[in-house]
Amino acid sequence: MKTTRRQRNVVIAAGFLLPNLLGFLVFTAGPVAFSLVMSLSNWNIQHTVPFQWTFLRNFVDLWHDQSFWLYFVNTIYLMLGLPLAIAGSLVLALLLSQNLRGITIYRTLFYLPSITSGIALMILWKALYNPDFGPINAVINWTLQTFHINGILHALFGTSVTPPQWLLATRNLLGLDVEKVGFLPAQWGLGARDAIIIMGIWIAVGGNNMLLYLAALTNLPQELVEAAQLDGAGKWAVFKNVTWPYLAPTTFFIVVMSFIGGLQGGFEQARVMTGGGPAGTTMTMSYYIYTKAFEEFQVGYASAVSWVLFIIIFIVTLINWRLSNKEVNY
Amino acid sequence: MGTTNTRRGFRTWWVRTGRFGMSHVILALIALTTLTPFLWMVLASFKALTEVEQLNPFPSVWHPENYIKVFQQIPFARYYFNSVFIAGWVTILTCITSAMAAYAFSRVDWSGRDGFFKLYLATLMIPGVVTMIPNYTLMVKLHLMDSYLGLIVPASFSAFGTFLLRQFMMTIPPALDEAASIDGANSWRIFWDIILPMSRPGVVTLAIFTFLGNYGSFTWPLIMIKSQHLRTLPIGMLFFDTIYGRQTNLIMAASVMNIIPLVILFVISQKFLVKGIQLGAVKG
Repeated sequence: MKTTRRQRNVVIAAGFLLPNLLGFLVFTAGPVAFSLVMSLSNWNIQHTVPFQWTFLRNFVDLWHDQSFWLYFVNTIYLMLGLPLAIAGSLVLALLLSQNLRGITIYRTLFYLPSITSGIALMILWKALYNPDFGPINAVINWTLQTFHINGILHALFGTSVTPPQWLLATRNLLGLDVEKVGFLPAQWGLGARDAIIIMGIWIAVGGNNMLLYLAALTNLPQELVEAAQLDGAGKWAVFKNVTWPYLAPTTFFIVVMSFIGGLQGGFEQARVMTGGGPAGTTMTMSYYIYTKAFEEFQVGYASAVSWVLFIIIFIVTLINWRLSNKEVNY
Repeated sequence: MGTTNTRRGFRTWWVRTGRFGMSHVILALIALTTLTPFLWMVLASFKALTEVEQLNPFPSVWHPENYIKVFQQIPFARYYFNSVFIAGWVTILTCITSAMAAYAFSRVDWSGRDGFFKLYLATLMIPGVVTMIPNYTLMVKLHLMDSYLGLIVPASFSAFGTFLLRQFMMTIPPALDEAASIDGANSWRIFWDIILPMSRPGVVTLAIFTFLGNYGSFTWPLIMIKSQHLRTLPIGMLFFDTIYGRQTNLIMAASVMNIIPLVILFVISQKFLVKGIQLGAVKG
């Protein structure tokens, strides 16, 4: 049989793909398979327990692992900031897309936290949040004193307020309990997780998502807007019926990427700012994997946790993908 | 103003400026919120330690020597060098491996290409935490723990980079390779002399992304680095903060020095970066 040009080209393509695919096999595909195999064992990297195949034992243990569920809830709680950040990015993009003067300057300023995000910014926020010496509580205390807020509150309600302990507090806005998955009214308030969320919003609002919205908005056909305005639609109606549906694919992309990132996130913040504390309230799934593997050396168990995370991400992506094929079609 | 001399014109003008003025007020407020932590950081880095916790924004006496003290207390220059050296090598290698793969996925017509590309793209979904532990054990086996090679090589292959450059290469007209191929140029020549130079904006974008990502890389170096002389900026900063965490003014000076190269790089390369982010989100 005579080979076609397309078949002969496979050899050429293989040559060009070789370096990348080799790296991919060694550092991604191989490790994924190896990780699955390890998750079926009790492998301890320091050999404190003899190696054994335990099959699904790790996954059964995981199901009954109180810490895992607490850290799972922490991860989800930290993701509650994502919708706020995305909405913020959209508002900023809408403001910037009005052909105002100085857009480039605003855009550069807003992007600053994203471009510099990393350990340095987390160390900065740790200093800002310091309950005794940090400027945030200094400003809160100054406000409380200057306006005699506690005197007024005491006279009216018989209560008083103190500034939050931020990264040192287990309190949170949902009133989640510390020791078990559930709610405890005494835990209501502002604490470490909220501090991390606020920082996250500050970093992300003017970042990549804003740029994506901005790009989509520049492509928005003006005829659509004008047609709607001719029909007597007000600003909100134009946004609701024209702009928002037009932005749907962008929103969809941003939501999916944020979701996937959020599920894997929280490690750097916790490692730098809180060490996972107080009382494990800033431990996330990725931090749990790190702790199990590199501090407790239970590589088998850590691999099992990482596979559970992988499966969750896979399912989420699959659902999103099916939804997107159904809904985002014009 | 010519357009505002009638009553109606004035109203339109007023409504327009009023609305735009409101937008400017909101935007300026948000810009202020964005900038305040940075300003605090810079000002705190020039203060005496006793003054850092006070509310006066400006230092009563400026202490630029805080910056020198950082270099005296930790090998900060070494951290700088390590970060730039590692990120630089990762950037070069990533650009080469990605450009070659992107060429195969965009300019060479071979059977099974598009199906294979989809499969390849699907691997972007694999979370880093899954591959982290096996890669660590691999590095231990290869005796690459605590070495430059162990920090550089595993980071030098990027499916995202291949995707980004493929998007760029797809926009180059196919007539170019055909003409060259008639002139007797082989695939490597076409790639090296025609396609690669024409994809320069894409390569520059990828280079910036890769450099930025690896300059700030945290988890992998945290696992890999054991000895002091290999510490990168993020790892060195973490160490500095843990050991000397109470010297807020010096920590802030180190943070300022950490982010200055990023700000400069951003200002220079903003156009590429913004375009790249927007292109990277376009589905293949």
